[in-house]
Amino acid sequence: MAAMLQSLGAASASVVSSDHSIKLPPAFSLPVVRSEARSISGPINATRKTGKLITKAVAAKAENPASAASKPGHELLLFEALREGLEEEMGRDPRVCVFGEDVGHYGGSYKVTKDLAKKYGDLRVLDTPIAENSFTGMAVGAAMTGLRPVVEGMNMGFLLLAFNQISDNCGMLHYTSGGQFTIPTVIRGPGGVGRQLGAEHSQRLESYFQSIPGIQLVACSTPYNAKGLMKAAIRSENPVVLFEHVLLYNLKERIPDEEYVLSLEEAEMVRPGEHVTILTYSRMRYHVMQAAKTLVNKGYDPEVIDIRSLKPFDLYTIGNSVKKTHRVLIVEECMRTGGIGASLTAAINENFHDYLDAPIVCLSSQDVPTPYAGTLEEWTVVQPPQIVAAVEKLCQ
Amino acid sequence: MPSATEEDFMYAIEEAGDWREPILCYLQRGELPRDKVEAGRMQYKAWRRTKYEFEIHHLKQDVSTQSVDNGGSSSGDGGDCSLEKNSRKRRHNLRRPSKSTASMAAHRTTALHKTLATAVLATRHLSTAAITVETSLPFTAHKIDPPSRSVETSPQELLTFFRDMALMRRMEIAADSLYKAKLIRGFCHLYDGQEAVAVGMEAAINNKDCIITAYRDHCLFLGRGGTLLEAFAELMGRKDGCSKGKGGSMHFYKKEGGFYGGHGIVGAQVPLGCGLAFAQKYSKDENVTFALYGDGAANQGQLFEALNMAALWDLPAILVCENNHYGMGTAEWRAAKSPAYYKRGDYVPGLKVDGMDAFAVKQACKFAKEHALKNGPIILEMDTYRYHGHSMSDPGSTYRTRDEISGVRQERDPIERIRKLVLAHDLATEKELKDTEKEIRKEVDEAIAKAKESPLPDPSDLFTNVYVKGYGVEAFGADRKELRGVLP
Repeated sequence: MAAMLQSLGAASASVVSSDHSIKLPPAFSLPVVRSEARSISGPINATRKTGKLITKAVAAKAENPASAASKPGHELLLFEALREGLEEEMGRDPRVCVFGEDVGHYGGSYKVTKDLAKKYGDLRVLDTPIAENSFTGMAVGAAMTGLRPVVEGMNMGFLLLAFNQISDNCGMLHYTSGGQFTIPTVIRGPGGVGRQLGAEHSQRLESYFQSIPGIQLVACSTPYNAKGLMKAAIRSENPVVLFEHVLLYNLKERIPDEEYVLSLEEAEMVRPGEHVTILTYSRMRYHVMQAAKTLVNKGYDPEVIDIRSLKPFDLYTIGNSVKKTHRVLIVEECMRTGGIGASLTAAINENFHDYLDAPIVCLSSQDVPTPYAGTLEEWTVVQPPQIVAAVEKLCQ
Repeated sequence: MPSATEEDFMYAIEEAGDWREPILCYLQRGELPRDKVEAGRMQYKAWRRTKYEFEIHHLKQDVSTQSVDNGGSSSGDGGDCSLEKNSRKRRHNLRRPSKSTASMAAHRTTALHKTLATAVLATRHLSTAAITVETSLPFTAHKIDPPSRSVETSPQELLTFFRDMALMRRMEIAADSLYKAKLIRGFCHLYDGQEAVAVGMEAAINNKDCIITAYRDHCLFLGRGGTLLEAFAELMGRKDGCSKGKGGSMHFYKKEGGFYGGHGIVGAQVPLGCGLAFAQKYSKDENVTFALYGDGAANQGQLFEALNMAALWDLPAILVCENNHYGMGTAEWRAAKSPAYYKRGDYVPGLKVDGMDAFAVKQACKFAKEHALKNGPIILEMDTYRYHGHSMSDPGSTYRTRDEISGVRQERDPIERIRKLVLAHDLATEKELKDTEKEIRKEVDEAIAKAKESPLPDPSDLFTNVYVKGYGVEAFGADRKELRGVLP
């Protein structure tokens, strides 16, 4: 299982690859439950109908054109979904613009902004010099006058250089100006542990940003929620940081043709279950689903929730799940110390302590810089066997 | 009056004079300085003034019944009597005055001083003729042709400059007292001494142009249309403040006036300023952005990053370095290898301006605006000075001498310069200007009283304006059950 995931990762980590589809061995399948496509207009606590259980969400082989035409929606990769979302928003609102390194003529280092500069011009899809601090500052300044910039960090780790601008100006200006200025920026970029990219290019920045007041954090994990969250983030009046993952850009999924926007504070029910609640986000969702397959074979019924919204947490969905299963396991790629899991543990303990039968277990990546060596890197992040072992221990 | 020979002496009035003393002496007793040239000048000046109750006042220009020569204009050096400052006794030659001072006084006093309120200044019949003023120093330029030294202005503008600068000065002094009375807490950075930059800049632009600055923002806020009440209430942390009491001294903003703050982190406002310029270019409105920073911030890297981008894309950004020669406690020569801040843009043209001369500032800003709209960014270095320390917790005298401060105050004070210009062009009398200042003082005191009455923010205001209510966004805390704030 791990080897197959590695081969998936190896293909997707190559940025100059022109081969978009991933050929996987037929035995590989990922059960995915998708909530129905709908735009967010109803109250947050509307009951959510689960869609059909779709197996083989990632295509095993190239589909028969005849059968493809009959199914609703269209198939695309995650980075294409992001691009679609961005393009639709840019077409809809002339104030949306993109700042980033190599987003224009090069098309984006992960091809998220490919061909957008040809369509919308050099000023709307702005190729910036390598000056994160100041072009993030420029985006905030432009947002103060009403533009809606989307800032791309080539790697989230580079945004550490812009931390002052993100924290003080992006996050706090709405408050310190007494509400006079809104900063509708989106800051997005790939982060997380990739395929032997080295310590500085494999940073998990969610933990660093989560205390900044005034910003929202979301993490996307599938093409469907990537597009929806991108659109919601652009339409939101608040500054939003959208975390993508380097290894997930080449995930393929069929998404609806109709327009949809997802809620920025909603969590996604990936797999309903009875015995244990597993909370996860971003790439760890796939590790969890892999482990879930093993667990199902062993007789457990885990409920898997992709929390998506890292700030603020969707404690409504999470709370309902905890009340049902009474056991919580958090699996995340963030650092152990001061990470998203740590905050989530605290929040659940504060609010749902009475419903817990066992202490919350939090599996995070190790508090180390990501090593280069492949085996060491593997041990830095949480692997499916660890998840299985943790669930077994929890459910005793 | 006894006639005098060379040997007779008369002692002048005991106090060491301001410039009015010798004129008073002449008008009262006919005393003239020994030097013939000086004596001639003295008589000429005295012809244009009259004594009224121990004060000397100018004549109105259109008082035509007098046999007074109203020609010419002394360009603002009315204070120069060429008397030594230290000597208390004067030796003057007595001379018979050529005109009877008493009759002169009788003629002229009736034509003046109907009321002493500043209403006089407003309703006073001022000639609308344009006045041309020369800036104190020529502009020094880097990679560009400097603008001319002659600035067109009008009497109304001169008086407005005086009033605005006096208001700003008064506000800052009042803020000083409020801070010492512990009504203003935290950091308070005062702008007195630098008023000419704010006032000159405002005169050259409109409120669609944007200004963004760092934490020394009280006076720029006033210039952009902020009221005294908003300023003082914000300083004291009250609800009626411009940022509802949640920003403080370093976070004054006025969206309608095009004033974008008010930023605490040194240098961070310059990329924001370039962003404002980017938005102006994006929306294609013909406006510019002035991004102000200090000589301390001029060494920040993000400034050069932003300048590079502004120059690359021809953004209408004007970077203004308010060089008051001290970055908190560090003199500019100790912090910067090259303190010629106007040259540090390298490929970006620059202009060095005397920041204590409001007209030089006005000329430079007008010039910069025209340049930026056509050719992209330009750097202006305003050579200015702050009398207070960096902030209220800095006495301001540990890294510079008191003589230096008082020297600048005497030689280059911006308000004094305007005062001299006003008096030299006969636009107001000394008394009227003093009355304007009194009125301003009253206005400031009233604003402070009103601000003191303003309530402190409610506890629920702690959670307002953290997020904006927008699409699909409702902010709670981490605990979804408790609605922590009512979103506006």
